[in-house]
Amino acid sequence: MKKAIEVENLTKRFGSFTAVNAISFDVAQGEIFGFLGANGAGKTTAMRMLCGLSRPTSGKGAVAGFDMIRQPEEIKRHIGYMSQRFSLYEDLAVWENIRLFAGIYGVPEKEIAPRTDGMLARIGFESGRNTRVKELPLGWKQKLSFAVAIFHEPKIVFLDEPTGGVDPLTRRRFWEMIYDAADRGISVFVTTHYMDEAEYCNRVSIMVDGRIDALDTPKNLKQQFGVRSMDEVFHRLARENALTSNAN
Amino acid sequence: MISCLGISKKYVSVEALKDITFEVPQGEIFGVIGPDGAGKTTLFRILTTLMLADSGTATVNGLDVVKDYREIRNHVGYMPGRFSLYRDLTVEENLNFFAKVFHTTVKENYDLVKDIYVQLEPFRKRRADALSGGMKQKLALSCALIHKPAALFLDEPTTGVDPVSRKEFWGMLQNLKRQGITILVSTPYMDEAALCDRMALIRNGSFLAIDTPEGITAQFSKPLWAVRSNRMSKLLADLRAGDGVESCFAFGDRHHVTLKREEPGRLREYLANQGHQDVEIDRIQPGIEDCFIRLTMP
Amino acid sequence: MMFLSFVKKEFLHIFRDPRTMLITLGMPVAQIILFGFAITTEVKNVRMAVFDPSHDISTQRIISRMQASEYFDMTQVLHTADDINSAFNKGKAELVAVFSDRFDENLLRAGKASVQLIADATDPNQAAMLTAYASNIIADYRQELLREHRIPFLIEPEIQMLYNPQMKSAYNFVPGVMGLILTLICAMMTSIAIVREKEVGTMEALLVSPLRPVWIILAKVAPYFTLSIVNIISILLLSVFVLDVPVSGSMFWLAVVALMFIIVALLLGIVISSVATTQVTAMLASGMLLMMPVLLLSGMIFPIENMPVILQWISNIIPARWFITAVRKVMIEGLGVSYVAKELAILAGMAVFLIAVSVKTFKIRLS
Repeated sequence: MKKAIEVENLTKRFGSFTAVNAISFDVAQGEIFGFLGANGAGKTTAMRMLCGLSRPTSGKGAVAGFDMIRQPEEIKRHIGYMSQRFSLYEDLAVWENIRLFAGIYGVPEKEIAPRTDGMLARIGFESGRNTRVKELPLGWKQKLSFAVAIFHEPKIVFLDEPTGGVDPLTRRRFWEMIYDAADRGISVFVTTHYMDEAEYCNRVSIMVDGRIDALDTPKNLKQQFGVRSMDEVFHRLARENALTSNAN
Repeated sequence: MISCLGISKKYVSVEALKDITFEVPQGEIFGVIGPDGAGKTTLFRILTTLMLADSGTATVNGLDVVKDYREIRNHVGYMPGRFSLYRDLTVEENLNFFAKVFHTTVKENYDLVKDIYVQLEPFRKRRADALSGGMKQKLALSCALIHKPAALFLDEPTTGVDPVSRKEFWGMLQNLKRQGITILVSTPYMDEAALCDRMALIRNGSFLAIDTPEGITAQFSKPLWAVRSNRMSKLLADLRAGDGVESCFAFGDRHHVTLKREEPGRLREYLANQGHQDVEIDRIQPGIEDCFIRLTMP
Repeated sequence: MMFLSFVKKEFLHIFRDPRTMLITLGMPVAQIILFGFAITTEVKNVRMAVFDPSHDISTQRIISRMQASEYFDMTQVLHTADDINSAFNKGKAELVAVFSDRFDENLLRAGKASVQLIADATDPNQAAMLTAYASNIIADYRQELLREHRIPFLIEPEIQMLYNPQMKSAYNFVPGVMGLILTLICAMMTSIAIVREKEVGTMEALLVSPLRPVWIILAKVAPYFTLSIVNIISILLLSVFVLDVPVSGSMFWLAVVALMFIIVALLLGIVISSVATTQVTAMLASGMLLMMPVLLLSGMIFPIENMPVILQWISNIIPARWFITAVRKVMIEGLGVSYVAKELAILAGMAVFLIAVSVKTFKIRLS
């Protein structure tokens, strides 16, 4: 089966500072891959490279079947992206946002209307079609921006802290949407600060100081560290990082 | 120390706060727990005299937030939602500046910030924008503490900060509490709620409950079951479809379930029929998050 | 004490931001030099005519000196006073020297004779240079006479500028640039600096402190006040030493006018900052409401008299207009304080009005 992401020794340096240090991993089609790490561990830099926004200093890889070095534009067209900070245009109506992003990602003109209907029906939001985004509650905004991010049926979708600040109920509904997308074969690459969400991932990687220090299923990771929750796994790894970074 | 009576606030068409009443005695850590947009920041701004309520009264340290606003500003420390630091100033410069603003010096209150400042010391000359999220948060806390306030208002101090830094941060709050400082803290992270002495769950501008963490979880009226099997994703769907199941939510590596009739045996049978293996069903104590979900369930 | 440390912090912000530094300190120099070079053109072989009714030894000697100079190209000898106008109108001369009757006789008998230098001041800078050169030649001749006869003579060149008697444009740029720079630094930079604290969130922390909000504002304003003064001084130095535009009037009153305008501009910045919530809004507001009118309506580039009546009215409410007029009077024309009383009074009135507005819009709280 074709991999959604395959990278080998991916490295990014800024001057003398190595933000991402030779990371290697792959993400299978339809897999939910958790990408964890403390603030400043290099998650954002790594994610930028994977999305084709920044060129790796060295290393190679493919995202959605396209080469990271030679085809960054192709990558951008075949992935979905959603972050807590930017998702939808607040002053546009729901359907206008969908129309806009569908156009940007090259969804064929005549498919947009039926797909919009299908998508709104799936998330149960037919009535909100003409609502301005700024009038929606935060929970709906997040669900909607996720639906928009996968509207063009990308091979893989990148979610950057998608559930920050939402209430527990909405957070769970959001994760049900993630499962749903994964069941349809879309790979999900997700960062989060909620450790219980790490448990929902098929596999989890934990970045420390630019390296991937742990990568496995949540179950195996807990076994490996002999602890009962992902929270403790994270603390074990990130704690060491905090101590070393204080020293320099 | 902090008391709030019938505070309401309306923005154009949104009711940000509806009839909020609560009291916080001296030396308590009081958490205001709820999602973004619930009204936490509005409440903090009213209590720190930055905003006027439409109705209701509030006092901090016995002083009225409207009448005595100037006096209150001498006695409270406030850490707004976005870390209020000067990004182009160094750690030291930030701290000295806020000390001066409050007519004091870093030396004078060094005891209070010592534990936190020790961690910042190696970065003394570094500009604030070059600090990691956790360090920024510690610096912002030091700045809010530098004048030894009687009450500390921390609006989402841990948002966007990694779990390790968050845990350290709460450790610092416990230390401050021991020194008699009253702390009002808001957070969207339910797992932090257990670290408060008392707390209020807030949603859409209303308090859903005010109690100690134990008191809140004691309000959970039904037995709670944690269920797991070899196929967790299918398990969630099957549990939802099961007719004996009242509610079911994913919680990390298990699903938390309440039942219409307390017959876990029948549930086990049903799951086995659906093809699940290694099924575990355990009675557990509900957490704050379970309570929040139950209180907000439609 | 606390105030001073606030001001110090404010200076740190300015010194650490290269863009602010560039705008506040580099801009005035760049503008003055730019305008300076744009208007300084070399003057050579300018067409010149003389009207010499006395036609004696002195006038002949002066005329031949002028002919010998590389600056002038003697094209015409005029025979009647009426020819003077037609020489200008037909473009045959850009400078005309008109000697008085019985020039030499007057000079030797009375020790005093006059010559009139009439210049076409459509390009005022060139006109100023031409008359200066011609005056120099005349002064040289006078020195020579002194050595020959050892009695004091006085030859009075009387300078007349045609078409543009107030020497508008070139000399206007100095007051204009002062008005522009002060508006930029005082109003725009101040409003941006205050709004930045709102945007970053530090304003919240400052408001919840014993600092009185009015002191917060004053502390934010103080560095820009200082920078404005530095700028005025550097603009004056540049204009005197680089552009050769001297300060002909009272330095004291020039300073008073400048201070008055700085206060008005700072108040404008404060008013803008109390309305704007983002740096972009502050920038647009000060750009659209202040900078554009200063450039277009203050008389810096386009003479106010030539504007449509409605724009003339609008120009009345632009503080820079009054500032520029006052500076022009004091600095360029060398007029006394009584001539700028009106401008000073108007600026003072604006200051009072703006203080009232900023007190009214001032917030001790958010929103």
